[in-house]
Amino acid sequence: MQLNFLQIVLVVGVSFLAGMEGILDEFHFHQPIIACTLIGLATGNLLPCLILGGKLEMIALGWANIGAAVAPDAALASVASAIILVLGGQGTAGVNSAIAIAIPLAVAGLLLTTVVRTLATAIVHLMDRSAEEGNFRMIDIWQIVAIIMQGLRIAIPGAMILAVGADRVRALLALMPQWLTDGLGIGGGMVVAVGYAMVINMMATREVWPFFAIGFVLATVKEITLIGLGAIGISLALIYLALSKQGGGASSNGGGASNTGDPVGDIIDNY
Amino acid sequence: MADNANNTKRVAITKGDRIKVWWRSTFIQGSWNYERMQNGGWAFSLVPVLKRLYTTKEDRAAALKRHLEFFNTHPYLASPILGVTMALEEERANGAPIDDVAIQGVKVGMMGPLAGIGDPVFWFTVKPIIGALAASMAIAGNIMGPIIYFLAWNAIRMAFMWYTQEFGYKAGSKITDDLSGGLLQEITKGATILGMFILGALVNRWVSVKFTPIVATVPQSKGAYIDWAHLPSGAAGIRTALEQQAQGRTLSADKVMTLQDNLDTLIPGLAALLLTLFCMWLLKKKVSPIIIILGLFVVGVVLHVLHLM
Repeated sequence: MQLNFLQIVLVVGVSFLAGMEGILDEFHFHQPIIACTLIGLATGNLLPCLILGGKLEMIALGWANIGAAVAPDAALASVASAIILVLGGQGTAGVNSAIAIAIPLAVAGLLLTTVVRTLATAIVHLMDRSAEEGNFRMIDIWQIVAIIMQGLRIAIPGAMILAVGADRVRALLALMPQWLTDGLGIGGGMVVAVGYAMVINMMATREVWPFFAIGFVLATVKEITLIGLGAIGISLALIYLALSKQGGGASSNGGGASNTGDPVGDIIDNY
Repeated sequence: MADNANNTKRVAITKGDRIKVWWRSTFIQGSWNYERMQNGGWAFSLVPVLKRLYTTKEDRAAALKRHLEFFNTHPYLASPILGVTMALEEERANGAPIDDVAIQGVKVGMMGPLAGIGDPVFWFTVKPIIGALAASMAIAGNIMGPIIYFLAWNAIRMAFMWYTQEFGYKAGSKITDDLSGGLLQEITKGATILGMFILGALVNRWVSVKFTPIVATVPQSKGAYIDWAHLPSGAAGIRTALEQQAQGRTLSADKVMTLQDNLDTLIPGLAALLLTLFCMWLLKKKVSPIIIILGLFVVGVVLHVLHLM
């Protein structure tokens, strides 16, 4: 579909916010579920973009920039795939191919992040110079410049896809045969595992694996909602902590103010 | 706080200053760089306090310089460190003998352990739980999904940042004793347990691996399926059929068992679990997650073309 001027401005604005948040990681405008939905809202394609955001979010749940594992860039992936979905005009049918396009873009986003973070080194040196003069105002300005740079990191590619235009995006999507989009959809269902694997690798110890097993088995009971599972998980964690505190040697008997007034703990203790 | 003899002109940080620091710390990662990481954002966050405490150009320059040193932690866990640093700077401005080394020592001493708590709590527990809940709503076309995600995440984050910053400011340098004790480890362990539990559930529910080959077509005994030839005619027939389906009868006389049905009777979600374990193994072998993701798309397409999935 063709976008009018206001819609283009809004989409580029959302891209800018997503780019900022890609580094700030605070409001989470770069998360697919937010960024895709906002682009859908701006262009009048709410439902397909909402579904796209949900599916991408499932894939990106485990993506976090910690340790040695570098996660793909959620900001560019969500913005670019949502724009392509909107321009392609296929509605909900185009979601799977949009996801498949999003993943290589998430990789390209990483390159841009590296570039901007290197440029930020220069900005910090400019801050050093302002610090010599005790100039607070310039510190503020350079910080804002750095944030704007991060916003442009996504806003510029977003605008470029818009400039390519609906016709060419649609022609590209039309080239994709049915078996390819269906296959990509199936692949998307499996890709979710990668994010979880990244998180499990960070957290897993011999001590906590049993909790993974309990969660896995309980999830087959379809009646338990995610909130219910959360409640069970919190309870398990509290029980485990309380028990390990009490079992940790006789010296810790009656230790810790957090233990008082815990009837369940007392009952277990009496056995 | 020590009630020193310095009654004449004690400079104090106001609540307004602390609110400003809290808001500015939202942008702490804005100038993240490979050389000193969050240092620019850290100095930017402290500007309102430094402005309040120091008036001469020399003092201001010195303060900014010592806060442009290397700093990096989890972005939300910077808040308690900011709180402590504010308290230290306030004492220093009022004449307490706190030197640059002491302030830098507190910052560096806190940032490591606190990053260690922030990652499991926020990235591996709160985000997967809220994210999975919201995403499953969004996939079903429910607009409440993104709204809940945005509100819940930001409410938790903003409250956490404000209260830990205030806690740090009030506890001052004593906070290091509190946090290095058992509490910190307990929170981390609790979050890890909850996180692993939820991940187990998510792997089962949301990793979708479905094998389509038909392994068996079993003819069923009479009464296990709806006998379409012997239904009453008209609306009564439809009613009987629906009633029989509600009783658990199948629609056709033959029961089709796909490979997936077979696997599900064994352990539901087994294929998803194996796939996740395989991905973990690949990641441990230093295979880039991006390669794995692209590879899975290729596998999905190939197996679909071969009619296996």
